[in-house]
Amino acid sequence: MDMQVAKKKLGLKERYAVMTRGLDWTPSYQKMEDIYPYMQYEGIKIHDWDKWEDPFRLTMDAYWKYQAEKERKLYAIIDAFNQNNGHLNVTDARYVNTVKLFISGISPLEYVAHRGFAHAGRAFPGPGPRVACLMQSLDEIRHAQTQVHSISNYNKYYNGMHDFHHMHDRVWFLSVPKSFFDDAITAGPFEFMVSIGFSFEYVLTNLLFVPFVSGAAYNGDMGTMTFGFSAQSDEARHMTLGLEVIKFILEQDPANVPIVQRWIDKWTWRGYRVLTLVAMMMDYMLPKRTMSWKEAWEVYFEENGGALFKDLARYGITMPKCAEQIALEKDHLSHQAWSTFYNYAAAANFHTWMPDEDEMAWLSSKYPESFDKHYRPRYEFWREQAAKGNRFYNKTLPMLCQTCQIPMLFTEPGDPTKICYREVDYKGDKYHFCSDHCKEIFEHEPEKYVQSWLPVHQIYQGNCFPEGTDPTVEGFDPLAAVLKYYNLEFGRDNLDFDISEDKKNFAEWRGQATKNA
Amino acid sequence: MQIDLRTVSIKPLRHTFDNIARRIGGDKPASRYQEGTLDMQQTANFHYRPTWDPEHDIYDASRTAIKMADWYAFKDPRQFYYGAYTMARAKQQDTAEANFDFVENRGLAATLPESVRETVLKVLLPLRHVAWGSNMNNASVCAYSYGTGFSQPHIYHAMDQLGIAQYITRVGLLLGDVESLEEAKRAWVEDDAWQGLRRYVEDTFVIKDPVELFVAQNAALDGLLYALVYETIIDDVLSSQGGTPVAMLTQFMTDWFAETRKWVDATVKIAASESAENKAVMAGWLTHWRDRAAAALLPVGRIALGDRADEALAEVVQQFNARMAKAGVTL
Repeated sequence: MDMQVAKKKLGLKERYAVMTRGLDWTPSYQKMEDIYPYMQYEGIKIHDWDKWEDPFRLTMDAYWKYQAEKERKLYAIIDAFNQNNGHLNVTDARYVNTVKLFISGISPLEYVAHRGFAHAGRAFPGPGPRVACLMQSLDEIRHAQTQVHSISNYNKYYNGMHDFHHMHDRVWFLSVPKSFFDDAITAGPFEFMVSIGFSFEYVLTNLLFVPFVSGAAYNGDMGTMTFGFSAQSDEARHMTLGLEVIKFILEQDPANVPIVQRWIDKWTWRGYRVLTLVAMMMDYMLPKRTMSWKEAWEVYFEENGGALFKDLARYGITMPKCAEQIALEKDHLSHQAWSTFYNYAAAANFHTWMPDEDEMAWLSSKYPESFDKHYRPRYEFWREQAAKGNRFYNKTLPMLCQTCQIPMLFTEPGDPTKICYREVDYKGDKYHFCSDHCKEIFEHEPEKYVQSWLPVHQIYQGNCFPEGTDPTVEGFDPLAAVLKYYNLEFGRDNLDFDISEDKKNFAEWRGQATKNA
Repeated sequence: MQIDLRTVSIKPLRHTFDNIARRIGGDKPASRYQEGTLDMQQTANFHYRPTWDPEHDIYDASRTAIKMADWYAFKDPRQFYYGAYTMARAKQQDTAEANFDFVENRGLAATLPESVRETVLKVLLPLRHVAWGSNMNNASVCAYSYGTGFSQPHIYHAMDQLGIAQYITRVGLLLGDVESLEEAKRAWVEDDAWQGLRRYVEDTFVIKDPVELFVAQNAALDGLLYALVYETIIDDVLSSQGGTPVAMLTQFMTDWFAETRKWVDATVKIAASESAENKAVMAGWLTHWRDRAAAALLPVGRIALGDRADEALAEVVQQFNARMAKAGVTL
């Protein structure tokens, strides 16, 4: 056999360079600004795309190989879980409500991330960031689909998830996560990368994705846990990308620093407000708790995030100023949120309940500064009322914050007895806010946030009734009409857990699986 | 003897999600492709207009001239959701890896006639830039088109094209070296033979209509290019000149073209059969981009085929016309 002339062996980095960057060329038949029209308007200056450090070097053949292996394992476990009625092994049926929250609130966002990263990848002229973004776009459709596929089996046996796409676009509290991602994808590509790539994937993911997956693991939900663990290695890649994006933009031009700082401030706060839902999930909805919201915030944001921002200090980036207010809220956030959902249990697609004695004791121990003083008496009163047959369902619509779209339920920083209200007059209209931070976000881009599709406003304007509804007829029941518009089935999808079909069925099915009746 | 294994059987409350049931005609078990695709994209009550495109909603069917009563009429005949997609590609990747190993371990690259090796470096290597352009265009269609039935296959296609660009790069490194890649890039940017094709690719970068971009890239350009380069030049002509090892190295592309054109044809068919207006628009785009692609590919074909390029290309165009006619668009 002929011996080939020995060729210079390429190192990993050089080899990856010819596999990606080498593919690019400078176009001459069309202008750069026509091919990449979204590169200028955010004010970010990039002088040299080649300075981008590839955060991971994965060629497509290796990607297919690793990912297919993960998919094979994941679907094998999902199939086994389904075949064994794995859902009957969860701690108790209340747990399933976290799954409802997840599929209607979070999974649709994975899909938006998929489209958003396709957009960002297409928008960037640099081949390094393009490849990283498109790979993430591909991963994100994976996450959306594996979540739907894992949770599909829960939908067969439990209520509240049966029309989650439809609900995500309509149900009042789901406008909180939805508007967050709509905000990110409608921003320019650089801001999108800072909002989702950095703030969300890097800074906050341990407070969003991890609590759900750990919660699933603690509560015997193999199905949900498995997609979480399977997604973990993708998430590690996404976090590396998020950090690289920030460093790259900051190193390119000092004028980028204040723009990026403003985005970090904004998206940390926006992200934190969405985490309100996670906070109450951790403290109230998991029958077997992993850790309290407050502990999670302290570990994942104050400690880990603190170290991160120290590291970014050399670029002139400082800890977002909202961190101070978040620290003041951490003793209250989950309790105020759960109280609100307990009130509005008639209009949500999951059940709520009052914590039992053991759970109250757990909350007291985790929140010694606030729980017994402010929240326990409230819960005891509601529990008494419920025992007397007066379970209260609030049918009056709350005022929403124009920016984060959460009802005005938060209290003044430092005074948990007073609701926090802020307002701004803009072009003859009055806009309301839950906090100084949401108000500042609005004031910086009022033309964007006046567009918010606020569910309460929309209901009052008559835009949330099924087509053909006549609200002027006698005895018109607005709540019933709104629930129809949501496709939320009264008495099955909503109301207190104690009277739910989920509770009844679970008890019966578990009995069937564990006893010889 | 039959063994009857049993699990506790519980009657489910429903078999699938409501949106799926509405689309498949009732509450019955749905496939993973269906549950992972139908209505995945949000459709209502968007909060803000894109700051980068304030004329449109985040997802907006009016970005294209094609009009559909229901964008979920688009179905991928391969039924690719992420899991099915990656598993299919991993299998092909295995074959490609075995082929590269086979050629490398037996030193087959060195046995290629010099003329064949040179032709491959000249014709194939600049195509990594075309594949890279296609990666970008398919990302574009994925980002700006409407409905997951239409948009989803484009992210797979985008990443396939990146994979193809990387396979071509590996062929270049195997039959040549880094300098061969650089020389091919120089030719791509400077040589007359490539300027028609480069202009074509750069012109597609500024197409705003996602369905037109699908036509220009995936139907017209790739329809002619893959048939000419991989099926005709490599698999037929070069193989007969001792270039079979090259055909092994590009098997991924040949198989990929055979698979993906089923989806391309189905997509053309669904768009065109929706209405006479759609059919006219599709026919206009297909004709325009087919003619441009054919003109751009002729000098490329000549590098390998010389005077026979005209005939080979005419045949490829004819095959393409037949494909489109079968998909309901007579060109």
